[in-house]
Amino acid sequence: MEGNFFTTKFNSILGWARKFSLFHYPYVTACCGMEYMSAACAHFDIDRFGAGWTRFSPRQSDMLLVVGTITQKLAPVLRTVYEQMTEPKWVVAFGTCAVSGGIYNNYAVVQGIDEIIPVDIYVPGCPPRPETVLDALVKLQEKIQKQEQEWRWKRRK
Amino acid sequence: MEEKKVKILEELKKTFPDKIKEASAPFGDETIVIDRDFLVILVDFLRKKPHSYTMLLDLTCIDYMDRKPRFEIVFHLFSLSNNHRLRLKVPLPDEDPWIDSLTFIWKNANWLEREVFDMFGVEFRGHPDLRRIFMYDGFIGYPLRKDYPLRKRQPRIRLRK
Repeated sequence: MEGNFFTTKFNSILGWARKFSLFHYPYVTACCGMEYMSAACAHFDIDRFGAGWTRFSPRQSDMLLVVGTITQKLAPVLRTVYEQMTEPKWVVAFGTCAVSGGIYNNYAVVQGIDEIIPVDIYVPGCPPRPETVLDALVKLQEKIQKQEQEWRWKRRK
Repeated sequence: MEEKKVKILEELKKTFPDKIKEASAPFGDETIVIDRDFLVILVDFLRKKPHSYTMLLDLTCIDYMDRKPRFEIVFHLFSLSNNHRLRLKVPLPDEDPWIDSLTFIWKNANWLEREVFDMFGVEFRGHPDLRRIFMYDGFIGYPLRKDYPLRKRQPRIRLRK
């Protein structure tokens, strides 16, 4: 029997499976999109970390990348997109505008997307370098691995 | 190719002596100030030959807040055949900021005028579809006016915090 099996917890293996199969939905509204393209395409290649699939439908994606400025006019749209995503789901605020509103503290811009939807990881920078994005992705994977997982037939207390 | 010299300011002052309120060329850009009643006549004159200012480059508004008259609409015209630019300024009072729409001359004035209406609340008479263009329905006030509160927010949905 030596070498033919290993033991783990179901919570842990589910986290392992989920963290390496992050389908992401790019919600790109502004110039940060350029850095997103750079991070997503061959030069920096987030596919190395298991997040290569870009799903242009919120219903098929796990990770919502909010890339760019979110205005008050756009806020209901972003919340609808978030609500359409199926569990489990994670949100990345990509760039200073999505994190805090950035330089735009005025009548039009939402001061951070956490005013609308819950955010798992904040990526600073205007725009963030692809290395920052990759670092954020790795940190999100650590978070997914450690978190309490949910599954359908889970026994609840 | 030698650029054709255009002495537009002198010629306009000669043609409409009592209508041109001010004519100057700050930093080499010819600028004239007129009344709003005279706008359509002057623009119609300028876009025909020989001046041929056939292109509306920009249309915007300035809020001077403490000055009388308070608003100033700025038109930037461009003559393709003469390769020359001209700036028109039309002051508007605070009490009834209206001006004639130029959509029947230039199609692109449509959205530019809607933008000025949205941001400054200037009424464009004769505009076919004067609605807000940037801000959403239910937004109160005109955000680029100087007396709009700097930190005022009008969110469309209830915020989480």
